[in-house]
Amino acid sequence: MTKKKVLFAAAILVFSLLSTVTVSAQERKGPPKNGERKGPPGGGGGHNPEQTESLKDMKGYKIGDTATDFKLKNIDGNMFSMSDIKDAKGYIVVFTCNECPFAKMYEDRLIALHNEYASKGYSVIAINTNVTDDNEKESFEAMQKRALEKKFPYVYLEDMGQKIFPQYGALRTPHVYLLDKEFIVQYIGTIDDNAKSAKDVKVKYVENAIQALEKGEKPNPNFTKAIGCPVKIKE
Amino acid sequence: MNKMKLHFFLVSFLMVQLSFAQVDSTKSASNNQITDMDIPVYNFDSLAPLLHTTSDKIYIVNFWAMWCGPCVKELPIFEAYQKNNPNVEIILVSLDFTEDIETKLKPFLKKKGITSKVIVLDDPDANTWIDKVDSNWSGAIPFTIIFNNKNRSFHEGDFKDMQDFETKINNTIKNK
Repeated sequence: MTKKKVLFAAAILVFSLLSTVTVSAQERKGPPKNGERKGPPGGGGGHNPEQTESLKDMKGYKIGDTATDFKLKNIDGNMFSMSDIKDAKGYIVVFTCNECPFAKMYEDRLIALHNEYASKGYSVIAINTNVTDDNEKESFEAMQKRALEKKFPYVYLEDMGQKIFPQYGALRTPHVYLLDKEFIVQYIGTIDDNAKSAKDVKVKYVENAIQALEKGEKPNPNFTKAIGCPVKIKE
Repeated sequence: MNKMKLHFFLVSFLMVQLSFAQVDSTKSASNNQITDMDIPVYNFDSLAPLLHTTSDKIYIVNFWAMWCGPCVKELPIFEAYQKNNPNVEIILVSLDFTEDIETKLKPFLKKKGITSKVIVLDDPDANTWIDKVDSNWSGAIPFTIIFNNKNRSFHEGDFKDMQDFETKINNTIKNK
């Protein structure tokens, strides 16, 4: 009799423990359906007054501006300028760095882009925005090591003194500026619409922009945004 | 005799089960923050309502990620502010990868002692939603929105210190 009671109680205990686990696991799935806060979806419309403190005042190129050429040190030790490329039809200038996960996710795609388009007149020109003497992961040596590991087919330049990317207005890595052969800025933004998964990409913004230039058309869209690492401005 | 044995076997089996269950529950009690941490995954459409309120309570929504140095650096400011201002709601919107939630994000939050609400935004085509948050946002993080039902301000880049953060909150909410 007592044994039976113990058994019964034990069984109930075990069972209830098991069921709580399942319930809490279910509760954890997904966002709550009925948030207590309801409001107009999307941007700040309907809300006033708004104040923005952002980098919108930062100077940088807009579509149609003429970009500056530069003379920066490549990982092979030589100085490089865009004008060094003979018979270029355009330039895929990419502000990037060694360590940013978003920059890393795009390395293979930049390699593919260069391999596809360099022979057609559009070379990738990668510029590391974050080279500072106090960050060994973004040092010139670290850039050389990364380039060697990944066998970058394109130049990888150090923006020593951080003089070039502020002129362009690069804010995050990677940040692409597609220039035509006259150095006129034709597209600013992201490489495609899915940083995390190359196989799920639906729109290849940079490739589409190059193809538009090839047809003598203006890229559309000519400006896109993406999440990325902030460029590190030395204080 | 056989019955006794069977009973004994069953009881001991259940006892073992129970003791495991007990170990489990003490474990989860001591690791309360980590096992009970609820980190839901949102897409932008489900996140959007969290960026607005009809109340005069102050909300602070911060977009960040573990891989973003300045973001990580300013987390203690939010944490300290939350402790001193329990009626302010802080939501930390992580842009980390969903596959890292259990293995990296939860241990990271535990190590940093973060108790504010954390959610993960998983919506890869950022070009479609960055402008819906704020048309002046470049997409670089950290990015913070301070708002209630009347006022709203956007901040691209990190807060230098607590004073900087408090000043921005006060300027947003009180001076209008």
